[in-house]
Amino acid sequence: MRYLPLTDHDRSDMLATIGAKAIEDLFVDVPNAALLDTPVDLPKAQGEMAVERALGRIAAKNVSAGSVPSFIGAGAYRHHVPATVDYLIQRGEFLTAYTPYQPEIAQGTLQVLFEFQTQVALLLGMDVANASMYDGATSAAEAALMANRVTRRESIIASGNLHPHYRDSIGTLAEQTGFGFDTGAPSPTGPDIDALIAKIDKTTSAVIVQYPDAFGHITDLTPLADAAHAAGALMIVATTEIASMGALTPPGEMGADIAVAEGQSFGNPLNFGGPHVGLFACREKLTRQMPGRLCGETVDAEGVRGFVLTLSTREQHIRRAKATSNICTNSGLCALAFSIHMSLLGEAGVTGLAALNHARASQAAERLNAMDGVDVLTPAFFNEFAVRLPKPAATVVEAAAAKDVLAGVPASRLWPGVDGLENVLLVAVTETNTDEDLDALISVLGEIA
Amino acid sequence: MMNNEGRPTRPAAANDASSAPDTFSGARALEQHEPLIFERSNPGTVGVDLPDAPDAPSRLGTLARKGALGLPELSEPQVVRHYTRLSRMNYGIDTGLFPLGSCTMKHNPRLNERMARLPGFADLHPMQPVSTVQGALEVMQQVKHWLSVLTGMPAVALPPGAGAHGELCGMMAIKSAIEARGEGDRRRRVLAPASAHGTNPATAAMLGFTVDEIPENERGRVDLKAFEEKLGPDVAGIMLTNPNTCGVFETDIKAIADAIHAAGGYFYCDGANFNAIVGRVRPGDLGVDAMHINLHKTFSTPHGGGGPGSGPVVFSEALAPFAPLPWVTGDGDSGYDLKEEASGDAAESFGRMKGFHGQMGMFVRALAYMMSHGSDGLMQASGDAVLSANYLKARLEDVMSAPYGDGPCMHEALFDDTFLNGTGVTTLDFAKAMIDEGYHPMTMYFPLVVHGAMLIEPTESESKEALDRFADTLRFLAEQAKAGDTERFIQAPRYAPRRRLDETQAARKPILRWKPEAATAEAAE
Repeated sequence: MRYLPLTDHDRSDMLATIGAKAIEDLFVDVPNAALLDTPVDLPKAQGEMAVERALGRIAAKNVSAGSVPSFIGAGAYRHHVPATVDYLIQRGEFLTAYTPYQPEIAQGTLQVLFEFQTQVALLLGMDVANASMYDGATSAAEAALMANRVTRRESIIASGNLHPHYRDSIGTLAEQTGFGFDTGAPSPTGPDIDALIAKIDKTTSAVIVQYPDAFGHITDLTPLADAAHAAGALMIVATTEIASMGALTPPGEMGADIAVAEGQSFGNPLNFGGPHVGLFACREKLTRQMPGRLCGETVDAEGVRGFVLTLSTREQHIRRAKATSNICTNSGLCALAFSIHMSLLGEAGVTGLAALNHARASQAAERLNAMDGVDVLTPAFFNEFAVRLPKPAATVVEAAAAKDVLAGVPASRLWPGVDGLENVLLVAVTETNTDEDLDALISVLGEIA
Repeated sequence: MMNNEGRPTRPAAANDASSAPDTFSGARALEQHEPLIFERSNPGTVGVDLPDAPDAPSRLGTLARKGALGLPELSEPQVVRHYTRLSRMNYGIDTGLFPLGSCTMKHNPRLNERMARLPGFADLHPMQPVSTVQGALEVMQQVKHWLSVLTGMPAVALPPGAGAHGELCGMMAIKSAIEARGEGDRRRRVLAPASAHGTNPATAAMLGFTVDEIPENERGRVDLKAFEEKLGPDVAGIMLTNPNTCGVFETDIKAIADAIHAAGGYFYCDGANFNAIVGRVRPGDLGVDAMHINLHKTFSTPHGGGGPGSGPVVFSEALAPFAPLPWVTGDGDSGYDLKEEASGDAAESFGRMKGFHGQMGMFVRALAYMMSHGSDGLMQASGDAVLSANYLKARLEDVMSAPYGDGPCMHEALFDDTFLNGTGVTTLDFAKAMIDEGYHPMTMYFPLVVHGAMLIEPTESESKEALDRFADTLRFLAEQAKAGDTERFIQAPRYAPRRRLDETQAARKPILRWKPEAATAEAAE
């Protein structure tokens, strides 16, 4: 077996040193009845060629998003990731390192995390950010828990236009840990901020709203923040498309206390939904209630600047049952990919990329809106918007897939059984979509819808 | 012949490092201090060439960004150099032996990386129609099959994003099952050994359970009598790591499982140490109801400096109906499908806990790893891991102190700091001296049940020569400590990219991000 360096000769030498006859003797503490003496019923070892062939065959059964015109977003976005990103994250010193528990020999990872935290804070317009979470949805769930800790209240209000996976990740915790969770109905024509404001009272710990929302709408959230703050509650803003921050007023400038986001758009492939990278930022005064790892600046014994994991007294390995969160692992390597992509883009690249996404989406919306029976429902958006089709969107998407076009996400898949959404399609357009892709979408929709 | 005349072929004299002159650049050959990316900014440059945006009306209205973000600007070569230099300040498995107990730092095969990057897996959108992602669902079903057979457990939930998330998943299923029985108000107590990973009590507490600590016996196992005395009608279950965090197998595991079941509770097994027994022992045969598997430990998906991980959970029949959404269903004949709603078979599911369908990139890597090893190779791998740990224990126990050293250990060897008594050297000092010797330290001060713990997990990835060299080094250090060479330890590390870092200062006045100098100066006023 190519991954195992011990030879049979080594094994017998080692057993002799230990004073055992066979490896099986080392498993003497296992109840006899539970100890297998032959391998379980699974295939035997295979060489690299055979594994590559078998998995290659399975991969070929999928239609990769890049092989056809694709307009799917809804929480994961196909962007161009520069070759440099994947080359750098595969350096063994990054790829095969552990969580930086020994900072003297983990300065690479730590400095990256410090830079990452800064980049995330700048993008979201917030004071501080942590070293990442599993994904955007789990960031949102942790934000709800944090708001409960900060306000010592137990009631979260969510906009109906919050991505259902984010809503449900919070909802599961609400049900399991016993806090109140009030979600509204989805509204494809725009979030009802006034209705949200009307729900806020003195028991509310936070109101959580998506920006741009699940139907693509961008709305000024300042009035919502003001209402929340007046009631002693927090405003949590969730962003599923972080690339939008290159073009939009960030949550921090609209009064967000906690801003969470999915960071996949920078540096990370779609990966069929995971691994992605959750971003988590907040106001400085809330820092000590934040979940997850934090990297901080310090000096070494000779006064040289260095970085360490810090404020770990919040964390499970120190606080155990009293920790702010049970989280241990983050998305280190995905955060590195995010950070490298951000560094390559820089100020001009991040804003330029956002402008390009927005212009292409704006173009697509105009052309779709001009089609008979198709209405764009999102007047103000970044790179994703909702359209109403003359037919059920799920049927249209299936028929388009049969013609090798991934036309978008039917709203009925995200909100099954909700009235009025059957014909609604979510369409995302990024810099990877060409004019030919858009032509293909228009032509396929014209044929089907 | 090259002109070698008069050229010295050996150094004139060995330079004493302390008297070596400072370099002008501050670098020491390959060791180069690298400023923050924000301090490297080269305004006007860019590392990505983008096409011009087409003319189209703006739909941003009043929400268009007004101010600059404040991001640094660099060209591609500058970015490559920045991260390459940073990488060189890191220790990874590729660098050397990484005996971090409980963390399982084994070799990360590059084939797995290549497989995960196939466009058919990496460039796949999670919301594509299921008709276009049949291969992805097939991979997920295969991973479930391998994990099910290896654990002897009937059901597998793939969504959890890492080990602690898996614990949360398992405990939520237990809580749901108890509630379905109408005992939710009554069963509020979870038992866990004092040696448990911190995530265990944190997870139970998060769900509103009270955590009741079970003491260890003198052999590093659960004290069966103390455990049985804690059982009662208010107990929801036990969270137990096996092999446990002292690196030994819980010999009374069957009795513990039977007793918790008889008391109406469930057995949650923390599967962080599954790598010690994979292919040899099926947790299902031990009475486990739920167990998470860290794919980034047992099945070698890379740790990546702290993630991403993946923590699928295997369930017994009793807990299977409560597994989180989505469920992957179907087979090669009928086609594969995704069940994303709590209805039909999944009506009792406790719901969703993460976006989309799980850590697909990790599933591909783990499957490549399992296929490469096969059932025979996995059995050999766990055997070699246990053999290597026992070999280190045998080579070190006369100079270090093994608190539960009577019988064999499993995949990790636990030492305490008794052998350092009176030397003025602590476990931390000892660990930092290992850094100077070119090793990543073992896990320190965990588990909490032994004083100054040192938990050494060599894994199956080390050759005998590497193990011998490591053992020789630790023997040397133990002898130096006892011989009174304390300077070697308290000054360590001397040769790492940084000397010891001031963690107190970092926590007292946290600096968690870079700020431009102007802003920093303003804040100081």
